[in-house]
Amino acid sequence: MKAKTGLTSYLADNSRPLSSFFYFAFIMTIFFVAAPEVFFAPKFHQAVMTTLPMIIFLVIPLVFVVTMGEIDLSFASIFGFAAWVFAGSIKYLGFDPFLGLLVGIAGGAGLGIFMGCLVVYGRISSLVASLGALFLIRGFLFVVSDSKSITIIAIREHWMYPLLVGKFYGFPMQIFWAAIFVVIAYYLYHRHVFGIHVHHVGDNPDSAAQMGVNVDLTRIFCFMYCGIGAGIAGIFSTLINFTWWPTQGFGFLLLAIAGVFVGGTPTWGGVGTIFGAVFGSGVIAYMETGIVAMGWSGLWRQFFNGLIIILALLGHRFHGNRIR
Amino acid sequence: MEPIIELKNVTKKFGGITALDSASLHVDKGEVVGLIGDNGAGKSTLIKTLVGVYKPDNGEIIIKGKKVNNWNTKKAREAKIETVFQDRALTPQQSIVWNIFMGKELRHPFGFIKVKEQIKEANKIIREIGFTSNLIDANSPVGNLSGGERQGVAIARAIYNDADLIILDEPTTALSLIETQKVFDFVNNVKAKGRSVLFIGHNIFHVFDISDRFIILDRGQVIHKLDKNDVKTPEELIKVMKDTVIGGKN
Repeated sequence: MKAKTGLTSYLADNSRPLSSFFYFAFIMTIFFVAAPEVFFAPKFHQAVMTTLPMIIFLVIPLVFVVTMGEIDLSFASIFGFAAWVFAGSIKYLGFDPFLGLLVGIAGGAGLGIFMGCLVVYGRISSLVASLGALFLIRGFLFVVSDSKSITIIAIREHWMYPLLVGKFYGFPMQIFWAAIFVVIAYYLYHRHVFGIHVHHVGDNPDSAAQMGVNVDLTRIFCFMYCGIGAGIAGIFSTLINFTWWPTQGFGFLLLAIAGVFVGGTPTWGGVGTIFGAVFGSGVIAYMETGIVAMGWSGLWRQFFNGLIIILALLGHRFHGNRIR
Repeated sequence: MEPIIELKNVTKKFGGITALDSASLHVDKGEVVGLIGDNGAGKSTLIKTLVGVYKPDNGEIIIKGKKVNNWNTKKAREAKIETVFQDRALTPQQSIVWNIFMGKELRHPFGFIKVKEQIKEANKIIREIGFTSNLIDANSPVGNLSGGERQGVAIARAIYNDADLIILDEPTTALSLIETQKVFDFVNNVKAKGRSVLFIGHNIFHVFDISDRFIILDRGQVIHKLDKNDVKTPEELIKVMKDTVIGGKN
């Protein structure tokens, strides 16, 4: 057996994000060839980049949760809850939008902590607990809003609006915020005690506990982080649309989960990839619009979404099974 | 001399089963204590209670003369007690370096990790404990290592943290003769530095060779505390065990 060279070692160490990049590049190549007039137009990409950040804000924290060996479905409702707190606090309580943003994110974090406590102290499977929370929170939003939306048009005049969702050389500002979010997440995941403990807990929680890692707290923080990401996504969505509505965020539920797995994070915990998740998010975002841009009926969208998820997961099988 | 660690009348129950029944023991500075007993005697429960994995239902844990409350694994490691668990407590998908520093990472402010420093230290320590292959470095996943090498990583973790007491739970199980000898060398080195070892084993010959004192556990109770003046050979130790555990008491 020969020692790995620098390049082979790099390829082996980064096979998951690299293959996610390959899927992204492959799909984009098909789109560019099939619909050059649409895909060579910068405006099309600027439009995709309006919604792509929302997927990124949801997918990246989910990578942490899946790495920890858990799943969280409640993010799609926390998205709506945080946005409701944001819009409602501005419209009905007269909060400054910046304060509303902080309160909204805090609301997302709070529900994330609630989710974490449910899993840790309630000893309920995260799949079931978060499914329950998904409907519970959404139901709460329907009841308190009487299924009516909240419009906050005046927010356009606030200094925060152009800074968060304005345009910079035609590109939506939220794509830059998403980039900052990814860089911070990368360092949290690979260089911070929290991220490393998430890896250990997902790999073998008993070993982590025996070595003094606070497994319960790590789990709770992880769900809290997911709540924060969902909160940010919800607030950006409200800013873009000037409106909160009761079903807001629900459409991202399966797309964001697909983004995690297309991005190369396996289901079994202990490993994952942040950059892979970015490409996974890209695949999902472009699939949503690319099919229609190619001239196909929108009816095909879910079919191709499903196809690319299955093909990507089959491809990721080549990275091998779980090491035990 | 003040013991490094002392257990007084510790009881631990799991449902209706009493895994530890008023067990008491101590480990002094610079000594190697062998803890022996049959399967199900309560050895692993005793170790896990001692290092805070399990909370005792009754009894006291005293560290360097002070009774401790809310004892847990983090506090045990902060008190310079390191354990090489029977299952080695490794995370196989993570690298050697992350495993060596698990739970005691070298940190910058705000919790960011000194990655380069950790890798440098890990590479140094795995060479010290005898990893000679160029195919293995600090970034290699633990899951790709052999059983002996994994044991080496678990021991490297204990060495790095400069422990006052190292607890080895069945450290020679499933190891080759050479790997077993390495474990013995490690124990002797630790002892030579004035540190203590609690050595748990099935193999009486291994335990006898390495230990200064012996504690025999049966059905959760400490039934004998002997030193090498009491038993001169492994056969004598086996006889004591047979007479009390298998013959006398039952």
